[in-house]
Amino acid sequence: MAMKVYGPAMSTNVARVLVCLEEVGAEYEVVPVDMTTGEHKSPAHDARNPFGQVPAFQDGDLILYESRAISKYILRKGGSDLLRESNLAESAMVDVWLEVESGHFSSTMSPIIFQCLVVPFLGGETDTKIVQENLEKLKTALGVYEARLSRFKYLAGDFVSLADISHFPAAYYLLGGSHASVLDAYPHVKAWLAEVMDRPSVRKVVELMKLPSA
Amino acid sequence: MAGGIVKVYGSAVSPYVATVLVCLEEAGAAYELIPVDMAARENKAPHHLARNPFGKIPAFQDGELMLFESRAISRHVLRKYKSGGGGGDLLREGDPEAAAMVDVWLEVEAHQYEPAIVEIVRHCVILPMIGAGGARDQRVVDESAGKLRAVLAAYEARLREHEYLAGGDAGVSLADLAHFGFTHYLMATEYAALVEERPAVSAWWRRIAARPAARKVAALMSWPPPPN
Repeated sequence: MAMKVYGPAMSTNVARVLVCLEEVGAEYEVVPVDMTTGEHKSPAHDARNPFGQVPAFQDGDLILYESRAISKYILRKGGSDLLRESNLAESAMVDVWLEVESGHFSSTMSPIIFQCLVVPFLGGETDTKIVQENLEKLKTALGVYEARLSRFKYLAGDFVSLADISHFPAAYYLLGGSHASVLDAYPHVKAWLAEVMDRPSVRKVVELMKLPSA
Repeated sequence: MAGGIVKVYGSAVSPYVATVLVCLEEAGAAYELIPVDMAARENKAPHHLARNPFGKIPAFQDGELMLFESRAISRHVLRKYKSGGGGGDLLREGDPEAAAMVDVWLEVEAHQYEPAIVEIVRHCVILPMIGAGGARDQRVVDESAGKLRAVLAAYEARLREHEYLAGGDAGVSLADLAHFGFTHYLMATEYAALVEERPAVSAWWRRIAARPAARKVAALMSWPPPPN
């Protein structure tokens, strides 16, 4: 039975899960959840994700939520080496930079994406103060990334890992939005992101993210 | 990274440092806790930035391996010591479905619990404790309390069905322990009522707090730190 992912592909957290499914070549189905009608707060969705968010995920009887937890499950089940769990030092570095992605990159991009894309879509006005504050935090993080990627090919070391790929959803919106030029001051980051975005799994999911029904 | 004592940089007062210390204690690992003088901004000095490029605590050293981010450090500690000490079952890494549930609730702690609790703890405990208080911003605290009340509804539902967050019969996991630092502080404030009004959450917290590792670290979480 194919694994199921509940939520729109254009959601950064849903996209993260989809790219892992693509990386391991798993069979999966994307089940829409219409957030504009509040379907993510419905009892049916609540049974899958008690925090009313997307994605939710189902593999047989197993129901999971939180995209990074789902991603790890998929990668382990699919025999991927993107977590490096057979090596104590390498897997620790993957964990470190996955936390950085979550706590410093995606967390600053999330309000920027919300203000620049979601708010106008809902007919509101972008709060430029929120955008600017988060762009400053993003630049602080990018400085750290630049130093790291000047020493190593990828974030966890000289091997690609989930830590790198986990950046792609927020990076997709950054690169496609009006603040992409913030990356110009960080050439190693820019080159690294270009390589991540060029992975076949990422290209496939980007196409899904662009679909209107997504 | 052979034998040898691991080093944790930071103060046990930090809930993030406390999480790492609880894991080390659970694993029965020998460690050295090395202070970082936040008041003197030692966390922004080059020698600390070399350990944690975001200038935060904890940082961690295991031989040549330098780590930061408390959840990553905690996972490493529990993986490393699983064959020797008590670390092994706290991650469930031999069982994909069980491991996934540990990961889910660790993520929930990071994305739901911590954002809801952090301002209460910061305003009501940490800032007064380190003498940086001033008047509490009650509006921020009230907003946080509202969020935490809503999050704890989901925890109550979960803990009514399972003794510990990751479920199964295998007892406590890192997912539970990761809640220790912030909850320890919350329970010292009037906002402890948010936990006390939830019977299953209350009982779960008492089980965690009663663990020898938790008691040991709780004793370290005072300011100024107790003499070694």
